[in-house]
Amino acid sequence: MIKTDILIIGAGPTGLFAVFEAGLLKLKCHLIDALPQPGGQLSELYPKKPIYDIPGFPEVKAGELVDNLMEQIKSFQPGFTLGEKAQDIEKQDDGSFIVTTDKGTKHHAPIIAIAGGLGSFVPRKPPIKSLEDFEDRGVQYMIKDPEQFRNKSVVIAGGGDSALDWSIYLADIASEVILVHRRNEFRGALESVDRVKELKDMGKIKLITPAEVVDVTGDEHLKSVSIRKNNNPEEDFEIETDYFIPLFGLSPKLGPIADWGLEIEKNAIKVDNTLDYQTNIPGIYAIGDVNTYPGKLKLILCGFHEATLMCQSAFQKIHPDKRYVMKYTTVGGVTGFDGSKKEAPKSVVKAID
Amino acid sequence: MEDIRIKITDRDGKTHEVDAPTDMAMNLMEVIRSYELAPEGTIGICGGMAMCASCQCYVKSNTDLPDMEMDEEAMLAEAFFVKDNSRLACQIPITEQLDGLEVELAPEEI
Repeated sequence: MIKTDILIIGAGPTGLFAVFEAGLLKLKCHLIDALPQPGGQLSELYPKKPIYDIPGFPEVKAGELVDNLMEQIKSFQPGFTLGEKAQDIEKQDDGSFIVTTDKGTKHHAPIIAIAGGLGSFVPRKPPIKSLEDFEDRGVQYMIKDPEQFRNKSVVIAGGGDSALDWSIYLADIASEVILVHRRNEFRGALESVDRVKELKDMGKIKLITPAEVVDVTGDEHLKSVSIRKNNNPEEDFEIETDYFIPLFGLSPKLGPIADWGLEIEKNAIKVDNTLDYQTNIPGIYAIGDVNTYPGKLKLILCGFHEATLMCQSAFQKIHPDKRYVMKYTTVGGVTGFDGSKKEAPKSVVKAID
Repeated sequence: MEDIRIKITDRDGKTHEVDAPTDMAMNLMEVIRSYELAPEGTIGICGGMAMCASCQCYVKSNTDLPDMEMDEEAMLAEAFFVKDNSRLACQIPITEQLDGLEVELAPEEI
């Protein structure tokens, strides 16, 4: 069981900055994120794109902002549970919470801060009737263990990097790789596109374009997919296959958090914006893009502010009897949990002869 | 500069005729959101970067629209429910040339 003071769900910019503000108050943080790396949308969707409205940064690339935040919080030694999705929450008798991920990792904390942004990133599923009936029975949206496809036939759908890269990778493992894409053009790294063409010419990948998988059939396990070429139902044909892997990227979904008993409005969590961004469940806060209140703006800079006020409130909840007043970092410096201390250089008092 | 009139059919099939300002650097996705013609969180999820297809719409009128750029084209190649007249509303800036535009929102991806 992982124990911490504030369990932050979501390692985007707001969640990361909360670690800093909590650290100033000597509170420890642990973060859970469904993505394999911290940074949230900034890392996953647009790491190379510039942001112009971070105070003090006329221009900063999203990926750099994440790097900076990671550097800023380093001395507060946050823990990370990455690549796992917060699934269940259980309130304990003492008012604290145990949050369990989809992989069974348990986290125990008196305070939960949901900084989940738009939700956790999950694979986009094409709207194919009965697709869900074959999930984990031949239909997969991500590849965890490529070996399971050894000497099996695989149909991959999609036209981006992951569809190209996995087609290339599986070409040497699977007995047959068929790549189906709606366009003749592929969008991906040039090497990948070229490599797929080579493998196609060698007969190791079969390309079907412009086409779409429109149906899946089977019994216990997937048996075949139905493919529509040129958007023309009259050209539909069946292909027998062991696996169908649609790779259409990721999109954010609020997910299991929506079932935690929190008040939800407009696909976001309602919070008290007059005070501390607490939800309707005491001890659970929601900060950043995931929350809503009158006048809410989904801006990183607003998330930073919300994180700061949340931490003050969390401190009072954890230490109801401790007296505290906010201290400027310029005055108090920053003392890390690793023993490091950053502070403003002291001025000297010395006579000039 | 004057407002232009746009007809937008929402996901329930109801058509709304709305005024859209040409002087606010808005795009069609933002106009749809400003009139709340689709629930928050179901449109413009990526904020207008052509990185999701939540603002996909079908263009019903013969209005002359700006050509698609690569990002939009690539996203529509991966989107669902795409038709020949599909566009991403976030990639269509509101200009005077768009007066009389008619669009229908594509279904929401689930």
